[in-house]
Amino acid sequence: MLSKNTAPNLKVREPMTDAQLLMTITIAIFVAMYGLAMIFMGGGFLRTQQLFDLLNDNAALIIVSCSLTIVMIGGGINISVGGVIGLTVMACALFLNDIGIQNSGLCIFLTLLLALGIGLAFGLLQGFLISYLDIQPFIVTLAGMFLARGLTTILSVNPVKVTHEGFLTLVKTKATISWLGYTAKNGNLIPAKLEIGAIVALAVVLLVYLMLRYAQLGRHIYAVGGNQQSALMLGINVKRTRFMTYLISGLLSGLAGFVFLMHKPAGNASVAMRSEMDAIAASIIGGTLLTGGVGNVIGTFFGAMILATIQKIIALSPLNESWWQEMANGAMLGLFIMLQSVILSNRGKRGKAKVQAAGRE
Amino acid sequence: MSMIKRVRKSGGLGQLLIPLVAMGILLLFNLFRDPGFYAIGVAVNNSGNRVLTGNIISIIDSASELAIIAMGMTLVTAACGGQDISVGAVGTIAGSIFVKALKGFSSINLGTVLLALLACCLVTVLFKLFNGTLVSVFRIQPMIATLILFSCGRSIAYWIVGSATPQIDSPIISAMGMTIPGIPIPTPIFGVILVGALLALIFRFTTLRLYTESVGVNEGAARLNGINPILIKLLSFVILGLCVAVAGVIGTCRMGQVSHKTLLIDIEMDAILAVAIGGNSLGGGRFKISGSILGAYIIQMLTTTLLAMRVDPVNIKAYKAVVIIIIVMAGSPVVKNRLTTLWNRRRSGGLHAASGRG
Amino acid sequence: MQGDVVLSMRGICKEFPGTKALKNVDFTLRRGEIHALMGENGAGKSTLIKVLTGVYEKDGGSIHVDGIEGETHIHSPQDAQNAGISTVYQEITLCPNLTVAENMFIGRMEGPVVHWKDYDKRAASILTGLGIPARPRQALSSCSLAVQQMVAIARAVDMNCKVLILDEPTSSLDEKEVEMLFTLMRDLRGRGVGIIFVTHFLEQVYAVSDRITVLRNGELVGEYAVKDLPQVELVAKMMGKALDDMAQLEQFDQKKAPGQDVVYEAERLASVNTKPFDFRIRKGEVNGFTGLLGSGRSESVRAIFGADRVTGGRIRVKGKDKKIASPHDAMKSGIGYLPEDRKRDGIIADLSVRDNIILAMQVMKGFFHPMSRAEMAKFVDEYVAALNIKTASSETPVGSLSGGNQQKVILARWLLTHPDYLILDEPTRGIDVGTKLEIQKLVLKLAEENMSITFISSEIEEMLRTCSRLIVMRDSNIVGELTGDELTQAQVMKTIAGGGAEA
Repeated sequence: MLSKNTAPNLKVREPMTDAQLLMTITIAIFVAMYGLAMIFMGGGFLRTQQLFDLLNDNAALIIVSCSLTIVMIGGGINISVGGVIGLTVMACALFLNDIGIQNSGLCIFLTLLLALGIGLAFGLLQGFLISYLDIQPFIVTLAGMFLARGLTTILSVNPVKVTHEGFLTLVKTKATISWLGYTAKNGNLIPAKLEIGAIVALAVVLLVYLMLRYAQLGRHIYAVGGNQQSALMLGINVKRTRFMTYLISGLLSGLAGFVFLMHKPAGNASVAMRSEMDAIAASIIGGTLLTGGVGNVIGTFFGAMILATIQKIIALSPLNESWWQEMANGAMLGLFIMLQSVILSNRGKRGKAKVQAAGRE
Repeated sequence: MSMIKRVRKSGGLGQLLIPLVAMGILLLFNLFRDPGFYAIGVAVNNSGNRVLTGNIISIIDSASELAIIAMGMTLVTAACGGQDISVGAVGTIAGSIFVKALKGFSSINLGTVLLALLACCLVTVLFKLFNGTLVSVFRIQPMIATLILFSCGRSIAYWIVGSATPQIDSPIISAMGMTIPGIPIPTPIFGVILVGALLALIFRFTTLRLYTESVGVNEGAARLNGINPILIKLLSFVILGLCVAVAGVIGTCRMGQVSHKTLLIDIEMDAILAVAIGGNSLGGGRFKISGSILGAYIIQMLTTTLLAMRVDPVNIKAYKAVVIIIIVMAGSPVVKNRLTTLWNRRRSGGLHAASGRG
Repeated sequence: MQGDVVLSMRGICKEFPGTKALKNVDFTLRRGEIHALMGENGAGKSTLIKVLTGVYEKDGGSIHVDGIEGETHIHSPQDAQNAGISTVYQEITLCPNLTVAENMFIGRMEGPVVHWKDYDKRAASILTGLGIPARPRQALSSCSLAVQQMVAIARAVDMNCKVLILDEPTSSLDEKEVEMLFTLMRDLRGRGVGIIFVTHFLEQVYAVSDRITVLRNGELVGEYAVKDLPQVELVAKMMGKALDDMAQLEQFDQKKAPGQDVVYEAERLASVNTKPFDFRIRKGEVNGFTGLLGSGRSESVRAIFGADRVTGGRIRVKGKDKKIASPHDAMKSGIGYLPEDRKRDGIIADLSVRDNIILAMQVMKGFFHPMSRAEMAKFVDEYVAALNIKTASSETPVGSLSGGNQQKVILARWLLTHPDYLILDEPTRGIDVGTKLEIQKLVLKLAEENMSITFISSEIEEMLRTCSRLIVMRDSNIVGELTGDELTQAQVMKTIAGGGAEA
C-alpha cells in the first residue's frame, strides 16, 4: 500500500480550510450586499467613487481591524486601540498647531513619528504586562483604554482643529483616477478620488497579509494562537511572539490615528469611540476566531467593508438613524458568530468521530 | 477541629488582602490629604427631604449600580470563565422597558411600578438567557457572545421607547432613585443591600456557590458528580440579568429619564474591573462576591477622591488606569513568584551562610 | 561505551513528594533498534521518558549520548533536542492550524522570511522518502491522527535525531494506521535511528520491537531480547511474579460469598465508546474488570455510570427498570463512581477538601437543601479520620494534597452517599503501597457490609485479593469471566494475553 504512494504533488489544489471558507463567505456577502445596493439604490453606488469613499471614510478602521486581527490570531485581545487612536489624533493635532517649524515636510514627518511613538509606547507597556507578567489581556488593555482616553482629555477637553497649512494641504491631496470617474450632468468628467489614508490602509492590509503569510514572526503568531503548548514544544519563543503582537497592534493603532487625522483634521475627546468593538466585529466577520490561530487579514478587510457598507446603505436610506445601523451591525455579527459556531462544531464532530472510530478498532 | 476552623478564618482573607489594602491606602490617603473628606452633614434636597450629605455617602450611593452589576458579573465569571460586556446595554433596555411600561399605565403608583419592574426583569432575563445559551450550549466565548448585545443593545433600548430621553416624573420614581421622604439615606444603597441580602440568602439556602465553583474549576468533574454545567451557566446569566434589571431601574429613577446614550455607560468595563480588583480570577472558579463589592467601592472611591482633588472629571480615567495597573500587577502570579523567591532567598541567605560555616 | 550504543542511562533516580518514582534504573539503547519500554501504570515509564526529554530533572544517575563527550545534561526539552533526542507524544504536539510543511519546520526556520517553496519542496522530499501519505500544503488538521503522528516523526528525523521516543503512538490509531507507522519505524531503524517505543499493546511490541526493557514500581526488572521472552512471561514480569510463583500463588479465601439479589443488571448496554455488553452484579459482590489499558475496561464502567453518552441497552437496578443517561441518574439509582483519571475527572483542584468530600452527597440532597456547616464538618471530620486523610485542614485546596490523599478524598465523597453499588476505576494508581493496602481492606470491608463493588486495577494481584469475579476484556470485548478456582494470576494472564499465551 505504501509503495503505491506517489510523490506528494505540490500542484495539488488543497481543499478549502474552514478559515478560507469563512473568509469566502464574508467576501461573497460583501459582493452580494454591494451588488444589491447597486441594483436597488442605484445612484452613488453605481459610481466607483462610492467604493472609494468607503475606503476614505474607513481607512483608520481598516488599519485597527488589521491590528486586532493580528492580536486575535495570537490568542489575545486588545480593546485599547480606539483609545490610542483618540489620543494620537489629539496629540498630533496639538503638536501640529504648536510646533512652529516652517518646513512643513519635516513637521508632518515629526507628527507621524509622534503618532507611531504613542502607539509604540502603548504596545510596549501592554505587551510587557500581558506576555511577561502574565496578566489577563482584557484587563491590561482595558486599563490601556482608560489611560489613553484620560490622557486625551488631559491634553485638551475642547475639540482642536488643525490649522497647520502644510498638513491641511496633505489632507486635501488625493489620488485622482480619471478613467474610473464619471461624467456629470453638465458634461464635466469628475475623476474618482482616493485619499492618502485609504492608500495607506490598503498598503497596511497588504503588508500585514505578507507578514502573516511569509514572515517567520507571522507563522509563529499562528502557531502560538493555535496551541500555545505545542508552539513551546516546537521551539517557538511564545512570550516574545505574544509580546510582538501587542507591539505591532500598538504601532498600527498609532498609524491609524495619523490616518484618521488626515481624513478629519481635528481632535476631540470622542474620536474613534468604541472603534475597538467595531474592529473586533470586523475581524470576527472576516473569519478570525477569538480563540486564536485562525484568521486572515483579507477577510478582516472585507469584514470592515461590510460594516462600512451597512453604514452607507443606512445613511442613504429612509432609516437614516444611528440605532438602525447598530442593530444591523449586531445582526450581522450575530449571524457570523452562529455561522462560525456551526462550522466549528461540525469540525469538532468530525475530529471526534475519527478518534472514536480509531479507539474502537 | 478547632484548628481546622482557625485555619479557615485566616485563609479566607487571602483573596481580599489586595483590595483591602488598596481600600485602606485610599482611606488613609484621604485622611492625610483632607480630614474634612469624611465629613457627613444633613441638608434639604430639592424635594424637601432631609438627606445625609458628604463624600462617603456619595461614594456609597453612586457605586450602587456598579456594585449590583458586579455581584452578578462575579457569578457569570465564576461559572463561565468569561465576562459579559453587554450589561450596560441590557441595563438600558431594562430602563426603557420600565419607562415604556409606566407610560402605558394610566397612573404611576406602587402597583404599576412593581408591575413595570417585573416586566423589565422578565425582558432582561430573556436577553441574558440568549447570551447564556450561546455560552453554555453553543460554547461561544462569553465576550463574543455578549458583543452582539453590546453593539446593538442601546439601539434596541431606543427602539423600545421610541425617543431619545423619555422622562418619567413621580414621587415614587424620585423616592426610588434618590431618597424616600423621612429616610435620610439614599435609596439606591438599600438596593445594594437588598440584592446582596438576596444573594446571601440564595447562597445560604441553595447549593449555588458549590455548584458554580465546581463548574468553573472543573466542568467535567462537576458533571461526573451529577451537576449539570449548562443549567448552572444559564442560572448565572439569569441572576446577572436580574441584577442588571435592578441596576437599570435604579439608574433610570435616579435621572428621572432613560437616556440610551448615557445610562450605565461603560459600566461593563467597571464591573469587570471590580470583579478583578476583588481578587477573583477572570478565568472562573472560586469567587468572593464581597471582593467584587469591595472592588466596586474602590473604583468609586478612587473617582470621588480624584474629583475631590479637583481633577477634571473627564481626566479621571487616566489616573484610574494607573491605579488599576498597579493593583493587577500586585496580583500577577509572575510578580508574586518573583517576590516570594526574592524573599525566601533573602531569608535563607543568612541561614545558608550560617550552615556553610558549620 | 560500546560502539553501537547511542544512549545509556545509568542509575537514574527520581523522587516525588511521597513516592520514589525511579529507583536506580538503567536503560541502554543501541543504534538501529526498536526498544520497547514496558510496565504497568506507575511503573515509571513515563517518568523515565520525562527525565530523558528534560521535562523532569533527575535526582541521581547519569545520561550518556553517543557523540557527546562526557555526561549529557538535559534540563529542558530544548536541551534534549539539541542532544539529538526527539519525542513524539501520544497527544499530538503540533499546531493543527498550520500546514504539514510548516509543522515540520516551524521553530527552526532560518531568517525572518519564510521561503514557502523551499520548505514545501524539502517537506515533499522527506515525506516521499519516508512514505508518509501527506501533502506539504495540506492543513495538519485535515490529516488523520496517524499521519499527524508521522509528520511529527518526520520533523524529528529531519532534525537528525539519534534517539526517537514514541510515547504511546498507537493508542488512537486503527490497524491499518498502526501498520503504516510500523513500516515507518522499521525504515528508520534501517537508517540507524534508535527508537524507544512505549506502548500498552503486547501484540504490537512483538510485531515491531527487537528488545524489551521492563520496569515495575520504579525499578528495573530486566532487559530482554524479544525472541527470548514469550508474551505470557512478559505479562508476568510486568505484573511482578515469576511464572512458577504464579502457579502456586494461593487465593485469598476470606472473601465472603456474595448474596443472591442482583443489584445492577445491564443488557446490551452501549455508549459512544463501547460495544454493547451484558453485565450484572449481586449484593455484596466485588467484581473486577481486567485487561490491559485500552482494552475497554474503563469505558465499560463509564457507560454503567452514564458518564459517556449511552446509545442503547436495558438497565435494571434492584429488579426495577431504570434509565441511566447521566451521572445524576446513576447517583439517584445508588451508584457511585471513582474515575480513572483523578486529576481530570475526579478532584476539583481549587476547591477545599471539605467541598470535595461533600460534593456528591450535596448533589444527591438537591439544590435547595444545602448542608449546614456543622453537618459538613461532622461528615468531613468523620471521614478524614476514618480514611486517615492527611491534610492540614478541611479548607486546604485538594489539589495541594498528595495523590493518595486526593484519592481518599474522592473515596470519602462516594462513601458518604452510601451507594448500593460503587465503581472504583484504578483507585490505587500512583499511590504508595500503604494506602493501596488500606484501600483494598476498605473494599473488602464494604463488601461485607453488603455494598456491591466493581474494582479495576492494573495490578492483577490486587484484584485477586479483592474480587470474587473477574471480567477479562481485550479490544473492547469481554473475552472471559473468571470465578472461584480460575482466579489465579496464571489464568488471568493467559486470558489477557489470549491466543499468544500458549506460545
